[in-house]
Amino acid sequence: MATSPKIVVDHLSVNYRDVQALRNVNLTVRPGKLVGIFGPNGAGKSTLIKAMLGLMPVVTGRVTYGDNTLAHQLDRVAYVPQRSQIDWTFPATVWDVVMMGRVKKTGWFNRFSASSRQIATAALERVGMLEFRDRPIGALSGGQQQRVFLARALAQEAEIFCFDEPFVGVDQKTETVLFNIFRELAQAGKIVMVINHDLGESITNFDQLILLNKELIAAGPRDWVLTRDNMTRAYGGHVGFFGHVA
Amino acid sequence: MSLELAVLDWFFEPLQFAFMQRSLAVAVMVGIICSVVGSYLMVQRLALLGDAISHSVLPGLAIAFWLGVNIFVGAFIAGVISTVIIGWIHTRSPIKEDAAMGIVFSAFFALGITLITTIQKDNKIDLNHFLFGNILGVTPGDVRDTAIIAVLVLIAVFLLYKELLFYSFDPLGAQAGGLPTGLLNAGLMVLIALTVVASMKVVGVILVLSLLIAPGATAYLLVPRLHQVMLLGATIGVFSSVSGMYLSYYVNLPSGPAIVMVVSALFALSFLLSPQHGVLVGPRRGRPWQTLQALLPSKGSRP
Repeated sequence: MATSPKIVVDHLSVNYRDVQALRNVNLTVRPGKLVGIFGPNGAGKSTLIKAMLGLMPVVTGRVTYGDNTLAHQLDRVAYVPQRSQIDWTFPATVWDVVMMGRVKKTGWFNRFSASSRQIATAALERVGMLEFRDRPIGALSGGQQQRVFLARALAQEAEIFCFDEPFVGVDQKTETVLFNIFRELAQAGKIVMVINHDLGESITNFDQLILLNKELIAAGPRDWVLTRDNMTRAYGGHVGFFGHVA
Repeated sequence: MSLELAVLDWFFEPLQFAFMQRSLAVAVMVGIICSVVGSYLMVQRLALLGDAISHSVLPGLAIAFWLGVNIFVGAFIAGVISTVIIGWIHTRSPIKEDAAMGIVFSAFFALGITLITTIQKDNKIDLNHFLFGNILGVTPGDVRDTAIIAVLVLIAVFLLYKELLFYSFDPLGAQAGGLPTGLLNAGLMVLIALTVVASMKVVGVILVLSLLIAPGATAYLLVPRLHQVMLLGATIGVFSSVSGMYLSYYVNLPSGPAIVMVVSALFALSFLLSPQHGVLVGPRRGRPWQTLQALLPSKGSRP
């Protein structure tokens, strides 16, 4: 591939039960950068990702990846939902969950191949969870559960990675593992989008920010987005945050 | 007569009757598919949907009988239509899914009872047989139909196992990864409707929920993976069906309720004595400091 494809969001508006959730969002997400999606609660961060992937209907707008609609190329996408969306009492082991990342590539009616099992093993190793492979997922800590989901995303061998609030309720070790792997994915030329709402020190890990509050406030390089004016428009009032204010 | 012989005699005596052979065959098959398909209902928190579909098959069954068509076909169509209507109400209005189920299944059930009561006047068809099962009236044709359904259901679950596991654990993640989740959900509804239809003769539409949920729930307290829940659940389902039938034969109990009482008793045992989750023997829970600890976000409890 001469140039890696990028995601283009063109005039995207989304309603949630008759209430406008996102208004006229235009932005471009390029590979190779670690992109953080920020905004207050209810700003439409999850909605943006779901609408981009075609997981919820849009009112207007188009989202393309390369030459085609992104929603038609979901086999290139790995999406990790918020941890609170998952029933952690589900009867599955760590291994079962990571192998879910190989379902699409394995194809209908086929059994998992030896190479799929190797990929899953390597993914578990990479997030430091290999020794837990036979544990029921309900017996893990929040951070461990999040790392298992990251391993599943890695096993999908996707080009586009979307993580919804991966840092909620995780330990410091997991946060480090997550950021290291996000960085490696970006450096490997993947598109990496991470929804976050923590404006603390960790924000400096991101190269690019998308700042939302029902509409796009700003998108671009971190220091360019993190202006006092933008933050006031997104969060209202005065917000203490870490970073270089231009 | 020695004790062993007496036990064997006790076991084989009912089997000399053709009607008992047929009903045991059907009971075993239903015990298996109910447990397997019901496991999906349990893990997706859709137990009520099993109840809804089972009550909704009645009008289809009555209409099919009236038209002289195979009643399994009519019941299946009505079951599928009810899930479509439930989904339609739930997605096109602010009505929640459980309310939609409550409305649709009681409406279908009422319609079914009305139709059957009307037909009953001119035909030899008994409403009670559909409500509570009539396993002793199983015909060779019923055995054949049940076998066809059981094979279809088990092949489908076997072939779609990895996709259905992903979908039932994380529907959004599965959809975002490119799986046709709408199709998988529809397929699951069809499997449930088929299973309910096959179970009508054994336990009837009112008690089929027990055979769908209880074996899987019993196994869920004992083993940690979904396919293990299904396999152990199927074993529990078969054991319950067969011992329910023997109870029914020797103690002269209605067979459907006898089966349900056996499976419920097994669940109670598992609930009390499961090594992992048993109330009496499992890790102690419910002490105030543990409750507090579980609420701490760092311990990974759900917010």
